[in-house]
Amino acid sequence: MEDVIVRYISRMLLPFVQLYGLYVILNGHLSPGGGFSGGAIIGASMILYALSFNLEEGTKKLSHKTSTILESSGVLLYAGMGLLSILLGTNFLGNKVAGIPIGTPGNLFSSGAIMIITFGVGIKVASTMITLFYSLIEGEEGHEDVHH
Amino acid sequence: MTEVLTYLLLIFLVVCAISVARSRDLLAAVIIFAAYSLVMAILWQLLAAPDVAITEAALGAGVTTLLLIAAIAKTRRQE
Repeated sequence: MEDVIVRYISRMLLPFVQLYGLYVILNGHLSPGGGFSGGAIIGASMILYALSFNLEEGTKKLSHKTSTILESSGVLLYAGMGLLSILLGTNFLGNKVAGIPIGTPGNLFSSGAIMIITFGVGIKVASTMITLFYSLIEGEEGHEDVHH
Repeated sequence: MTEVLTYLLLIFLVVCAISVARSRDLLAAVIIFAAYSLVMAILWQLLAAPDVAITEAALGAGVTTLLLIAAIAKTRRQE
């Protein structure tokens, strides 16, 4: 798409959309929203970039392969935090009992592992959105590229 | 005042849902469905569920519409 208005508006809008998504993720334990909502906002912003410019520009910023790796690393971060609690001698995803420092309730850096888990969910959801879009747009030849 | 707004939005929601089901043009149906999601997001906010409202606005009005339009671009526009 070669529309100047769409390009400039989306270029102006993108930082604010992504900042808001990051805000929703990082305040997931304090305010409405969380990993899923914030990840959906960030994923939608990346789809907006790939749509308003073209797919080559979008894949230059975040390639299909990178988004697939990010997708797995998000879920690995979640499981890793759970396994860390097992290593510390408690249940899976044990938080305060495992000795993970809990700040004062209401502060940004509080609730121990929950914040990191929410961040992992956010990465996972955002990269899932963009991977879905790439897979749907690219078609067959792009799909083979992923497996190599 | 808020009740009047809620009823207006609910009527609009029903009209949107019926016209999505009745539309023969799939692209028009997808765009009406985006409007449905947007009204649904406002209604979630009025029902004091801001968490769901954020998700509905980002997913229902944004990503779902884009994925369905991409699917239409790969197939036919008319039903």
